[in-house]
Amino acid sequence: MATTRRAFLKLAGVISAAGAAGGRPACAASGGSAAHEWWGMLTDLSVCIGCRKCEFACKEANGLPNDSLESYEDTSVFQRERRPDAGNLTVVNRYKGREPEGQPVYVKKQCLHCNQPACASVCPVAAIRKSEQGPVIYEASLCMGCRYCIMACPFSIPAYTYDVPLTPVVRKCTMCFEKVSKEGGVPACAKICPVEAITFNRRGKLLALAREKIRSRPDVYVDHIYGEHEVGGTGWLYIAPTAFDQLGFRTDLGTRPAPELTEGFLSIIPLVVSIWPVALAGLYALTKPRGPSAGGEENPQTPTAAKGA
Amino acid sequence: MAETVLPLTKRQAWLLDLLFMGMSVRDYVRSLVTPFNLVAALVLSVGLPVTVLRFTHGLSATTNLTDDYPWGLWIGFDMLCGVALAAGGFVLAGTVHILHLERYERFVRPAILTAFLGYILAVLGLMMDLGRPYNIWHPMVFWQPHSVMFEVGWCVMLYNTVLFLEFLPMVCERLRFERALKILRRIMLVVIVAGIVLSTMHQSSLGGLFLMAASKLHPLWYTPYLPLFFFVSAVVAGLSMVIVESMLSHRAFHHLVADQDPAELDRLVIGLGKAASVVLLVYFLLKWIGVAKGGHWGLLLTPYGGLFLVEVMGFVLLPCVLYVVAARRQSATLTRITSVWTVLGIVLNRLNVSIIAFRWTDEVRYVPHWIEITVTITLIVVGVLAFRWIVNRMPVLCEHADHATA
Repeated sequence: MATTRRAFLKLAGVISAAGAAGGRPACAASGGSAAHEWWGMLTDLSVCIGCRKCEFACKEANGLPNDSLESYEDTSVFQRERRPDAGNLTVVNRYKGREPEGQPVYVKKQCLHCNQPACASVCPVAAIRKSEQGPVIYEASLCMGCRYCIMACPFSIPAYTYDVPLTPVVRKCTMCFEKVSKEGGVPACAKICPVEAITFNRRGKLLALAREKIRSRPDVYVDHIYGEHEVGGTGWLYIAPTAFDQLGFRTDLGTRPAPELTEGFLSIIPLVVSIWPVALAGLYALTKPRGPSAGGEENPQTPTAAKGA
Repeated sequence: MAETVLPLTKRQAWLLDLLFMGMSVRDYVRSLVTPFNLVAALVLSVGLPVTVLRFTHGLSATTNLTDDYPWGLWIGFDMLCGVALAAGGFVLAGTVHILHLERYERFVRPAILTAFLGYILAVLGLMMDLGRPYNIWHPMVFWQPHSVMFEVGWCVMLYNTVLFLEFLPMVCERLRFERALKILRRIMLVVIVAGIVLSTMHQSSLGGLFLMAASKLHPLWYTPYLPLFFFVSAVVAGLSMVIVESMLSHRAFHHLVADQDPAELDRLVIGLGKAASVVLLVYFLLKWIGVAKGGHWGLLLTPYGGLFLVEVMGFVLLPCVLYVVAARRQSATLTRITSVWTVLGIVLNRLNVSIIAFRWTDEVRYVPHWIEITVTITLIVVGVLAFRWIVNRMPVLCEHADHATA
């Protein structure tokens, strides 16, 4: 009995110490003032003409199989709504504009580089992370291919090379991380855009620019900067001539950062680890049969390893 | 000379006895020709080569996974259901060795073996599903404790170790490793407690994985209580699976349990069913608290609401009531039927959360590829064969089988 109790206390001690050591510090990628300094992009959907040159430039920049620039003039791709995939890290979709004129609105879709990315928070090996400069980047050599990032992304952006048998990778826009890490570097899509629909700058400056555009042209823009508050803010911002829910954007995601969805649960785990063993020890002691035969040294524990072999 | 040869032949005889269960090789091979084995051989002859295809041709050739449905049958069934149905290991070990309900002792070993094999198969299924299975150890080194998946990885690894230790006495008894047995007996209580703590954590974290799917999972299944639901329903699954497993074992291995009193077994099975009904009632109430918390009463009148009602009324409340009825009538048969029904309900729940109610607004839905289904069936058959092989050779159903035969 004495040994039993000691074993329990030891176990409880060890496990609760482990729980404390694994305590959860505040999320590394928090918003706040740092977010103003992060690199970001602003897409002005009232300007985009749907030429899809950004799609071309994106594939060139990422070394993906590509067609000639002329082939992108084919407008038949707009017949169905597309999502980014492993071969197309950005896609442009066409939506009906505001009545009565009904001018089409083109929407460029790619990773939004969330301030607190769901993909990075769920990755068990930190293969996806929010870089200090702002872009959300991926390191394939760490990845074990669980695809939780793909499952978790509220915007359904990351894609997988399912056709590669042994070394598949997650693919998504990196905001041309290598380019923008160098002085004066600009993402390929922003550089090629013939109408300057895409602006690359610090997120804080982009927000100011977006606000100014909306303030000066209320007849053109709806009063909403998509990505300012969505899921805690994103690095890629949008302003549009039409309500975002009619342009294929999810407007039901709320302003809570995605990692908060699991924070409450994860914070309970150290409690389980520390309280459960003690509670089980208590149950063990309480339910231990009392009687003349019990409680003696001659009655050792008799768990699974069956009695008296 | 003779002295050196004799122990060798003794050892050989012992080995042959272990492998062929005391039969001559010819008799043993002949005993293998059964309808079940023929079906098993058929499944394996298709399933094992197909398994290789995953690694030569990739996930796109062998699964219907897409960027919208990154998790399919191998996660939804092999992992989620496999782990839930393996919960009997920690539930029974806790019942008998923590709560001192020693009359249930006979269920502990088969439950632990079921759990051990179940977890190994779940991990094998995961190895099929992971894009880079050779990196499965990465969470041990590249820590990211904000990820629920990180926790699942650690817990499954640690709990597999625990199950191995809980299983080891059966091997040691068979091989008569008395010293190892003594050591194992000393640490077993700590191992059992660790097993319960780890199971609590990762059964719930499997539900916790889906907390991230707030914008993708149907609101009737998505609730902040998902981890609690997964844990409570795993206890139900564990208890029910022990009943199912004992039912099948007593058919398949009746020669091993011939000395056990069937009336006593019936009483114990009914007792397990009663425990399951209590937990089912808790689970049933929690499910409605989940709906109330989200305020999604209106969705109950939609097709998905119908599916939800089938799950909650048909596979939670109904078995809860049936277990009670079985106990009042002292009908072990009804308890056994109910346990099968309950297990099916848990499978339905896991598939609802991971596949059926996931991205429920999509026009194009995920349906498993035939290879995904084949691999899953193959894993189950491998599990059953391994279970049988071990039960026939080690003291799982009856204590000290070798002492009896030796």
